[in-house]
Amino acid sequence: MNITLKVWRQKGPNSLGSMETHQMTDVSGDMSFLEMMDVLNGNLIRAGKTPFAFDHDCREGICGSCSMFINGEAHGPGRNVTTCQLHMRSFKDGETIHVEPWRSSAFPIIKDLTVDRSAFDRVMQAGGYVSVNTSGETQDANAIPIPKHDADEAFSSATCIGCGACVATCKNSSAMLFVSAKVSQLSLLPQGKPERKERVIRMVDQMDLEGFGNCTNTGACEVECPKGISITNIARMNREFLSSSLTSK
Amino acid sequence: MLESRIPEGPLAEKWSKHKDSINLVNPANKRLIDIIVVGTGLAGSSAAASLAEMGYNVKSLCFQDSPRRAHSIAAQGGINAAKNYQNDGDSVYRLFYDTVKGGDYRSREANVHRLAEVSVNIIDQCVAQGVPFAREYGGLLDNRSFGGVLVSRTFYAKGQTGQQLLLGAYSALSRQISKGKVEMLNRHEMMDVVKIDGKARGIIARNLITGEIERHGAHAVVLCTGGYGNAFYLSTNAMGSNVSAAWKAHKKGSFFANTSFTQIHPTCIPVSGNYQSKLTLMSESLRNDGRIWVPKNKEDVIAIREGKKRPTDLQEEERDYYLERRYPAFGNLVPRDVASRAAKERCDEGYGVNKTGQAVYLDFASAFVRYGKTEALVSGVKNPSEEKVIELGRKVVKSKYGNLFDMYKQITAENPYETPMMIYPAVHYTMGGLWVDYNLMTTVPGLFAAGEANFSDHGANRLGASALMQGLADGYFVLPYTIGDYLSHDIRTGKIPTDGIEFDAAEKKVKSDISGLINNDGDVPVDDFHRRLGLIMWNKCGMSRNEQGLKEAIQEIQELRKEFYLRVSIPGVSNDFNPELEKALRVADFIELGEAMCVDALDRRESCGGHFREESQTEDGEALRDDENYKFVSAWEYTGSPSEAKLHKEDLVYDNIELKQRSYK
Repeated sequence: MNITLKVWRQKGPNSLGSMETHQMTDVSGDMSFLEMMDVLNGNLIRAGKTPFAFDHDCREGICGSCSMFINGEAHGPGRNVTTCQLHMRSFKDGETIHVEPWRSSAFPIIKDLTVDRSAFDRVMQAGGYVSVNTSGETQDANAIPIPKHDADEAFSSATCIGCGACVATCKNSSAMLFVSAKVSQLSLLPQGKPERKERVIRMVDQMDLEGFGNCTNTGACEVECPKGISITNIARMNREFLSSSLTSK
Repeated sequence: MLESRIPEGPLAEKWSKHKDSINLVNPANKRLIDIIVVGTGLAGSSAAASLAEMGYNVKSLCFQDSPRRAHSIAAQGGINAAKNYQNDGDSVYRLFYDTVKGGDYRSREANVHRLAEVSVNIIDQCVAQGVPFAREYGGLLDNRSFGGVLVSRTFYAKGQTGQQLLLGAYSALSRQISKGKVEMLNRHEMMDVVKIDGKARGIIARNLITGEIERHGAHAVVLCTGGYGNAFYLSTNAMGSNVSAAWKAHKKGSFFANTSFTQIHPTCIPVSGNYQSKLTLMSESLRNDGRIWVPKNKEDVIAIREGKKRPTDLQEEERDYYLERRYPAFGNLVPRDVASRAAKERCDEGYGVNKTGQAVYLDFASAFVRYGKTEALVSGVKNPSEEKVIELGRKVVKSKYGNLFDMYKQITAENPYETPMMIYPAVHYTMGGLWVDYNLMTTVPGLFAAGEANFSDHGANRLGASALMQGLADGYFVLPYTIGDYLSHDIRTGKIPTDGIEFDAAEKKVKSDISGLINNDGDVPVDDFHRRLGLIMWNKCGMSRNEQGLKEAIQEIQELRKEFYLRVSIPGVSNDFNPELEKALRVADFIELGEAMCVDALDRRESCGGHFREESQTEDGEALRDDENYKFVSAWEYTGSPSEAKLHKEDLVYDNIELKQRSYK
């Protein structure tokens, strides 16, 4: 099939950007979106032009590197998929496709479609862990039985890949889905409970410091989340935050 | 020349005695010592976090935009540990035995036993960190079985075990970053090792955003830079996975061991077109419940390829469950190398089921029925219809492998609940790597290698769910101790200065290599060369190798290398974010490595594990090992070019295991 691409071009964080138009012919439906971008870049290089810079790595939907805003949606039209798992069969012959980077002041643009998501790392460093040393001399793994339901629920929250689609989608650039997924995972498990009060406060403080907005319950984040993380996590985090704020020393 | 430093004494006591007797660095002195850890996968994150906890000053580098994205994240199936929670006769010895046997007797006994010993600590550690492993209804940890073994010792978190373990290690790393004990350098790539007086004393790195070339000094350098399956271009590795750090270490004096030992994983989604950039694995855990088959009759094969028949149209007696036929004892759970070769054999004979003729079926129909019947009993459904049984069974399968089924559907647009999956082998892991001694130190003093980057634990074939085990064992529990043995001599050294002639020379070389590439007035994109290298490797150094093919490959790769430097085209400038330049630097090293892999494969005229030399097979086409002549580790010393590398042999001693021809019949 043939498609028209309009792709964001921006030299650096402080340059002005604009959309650049490219025609693609003979695109196979079995190609992934990034493979289509590879072909575009190959064509550009052969023509002596500059290819587009974009983040990508595992190309199987788990590393969270890829991050394209396609036709106004984070990771494009598919549900529960990352950009790398989106295939060209999701588009129609003759279609015009707009490709933009994540847009959020907390994710400054590095170049073209590549943004800086280190704010997420700093939120994790603020408390997204259990303070246990790695000596291995902890108690036996089966010493504390964990109800299957809690374990499964914690797992569902833990599947977040940190791609930032929730932030890119949110009209407030809120990172609440991302932060709440980690807060939920650790507050659902007995191992995370001793620090749950301090954790949620520290992570939320850091989140605010990084310039992410607040949640106004639109729910777009859970729709666009490639891992289907539910906004019930945000409700849980709000509850944790409130009770921690009222009771912590 | 090669000193493996394996401790004396009985096998089961070596590690604890070694820990008791090696030199330690006192806590105050640890604060005076700097360590660089390159890579943030399971081995790198866990090593950096543990070393920082112990008190060392750690600098950690990753080329990704966050340490959480290292490719360990993509591991699906699980992690082995000798917990024996299932009471099925598992033990440290049995895990050790299975790993040595599965590796086709080409790994070191002492290292593997240590791995089996610490495996139990890994699970305890990860649970304490909040890793959400799968659990049974009683609240205890669940296990499943994996290829090549007869017990259930694999812990898992659906099909995302690697992700959960890596996020656990990342959380430990994040905690140390917040304390200022680890300085984290995202989007940084190591360009070279710097040696002073024969010891590794730092690295040259490139800031991938600004293109700036940086100097970092340290008392020791730890490479946790993963495997090099991307030498084949198409593999299950991430696009950025590369050999460059290990290869640069090799060129600076670290021996490279068993370079050609590559794992070709039997269950990957087949290639669909020539634009393909990578292959996707379907976890081996699927072989627990899926049965592998091709049609018995060629007419059916042709009808299926032409779309006139569907796989579900074929009756049981028209199907060839070739693994169950050839290997009745292990059936679909034979080790990976055996399963891959068997698939290749059927496809080479013309029984492949997709248009390219390179695919076999992985079928869950009988699992739906089996699980469905149990589920009907458990949930009190009386006299369920066949449809009801299948519906219930599908639910159970979904709860076990849901994300894998979704992924398959996403990529192929076929529903694996309705029709069997199509799979074919693909490059997945490299058992070869930097040669290390028992302390995980390479032949360059002060330069260590952990995880997939070293060679030591998997021999000629890795068992499923053992990569995660090794990565975390090395990083959490082995390296943090053994590195002290070396560093105890460095407590009076003081800060390593980076303004000496050694750093000057290394930086100059890196800069001239980069400017040579970027100013090359070529016309061919990097990917074209990478693809061509991959094709040579896959055809001549892949699942089946012979003398003539390997000799041809060496020559073709040498020619490819010449052409690369003549014609490669890299847009942009070096002092900028330039992904094409990053790729070119990596591919330049892959080309040299590819030649080295062929040289290693050519030298080893036996079949062992994933290394199948056509000249060495039994009458019925099984791999034939030659212990008399090849019971050693090949450790290659770089002397100027891959083909001129000097071979050193580390004899493998088996005091605790009887060497046998591997049989899964």
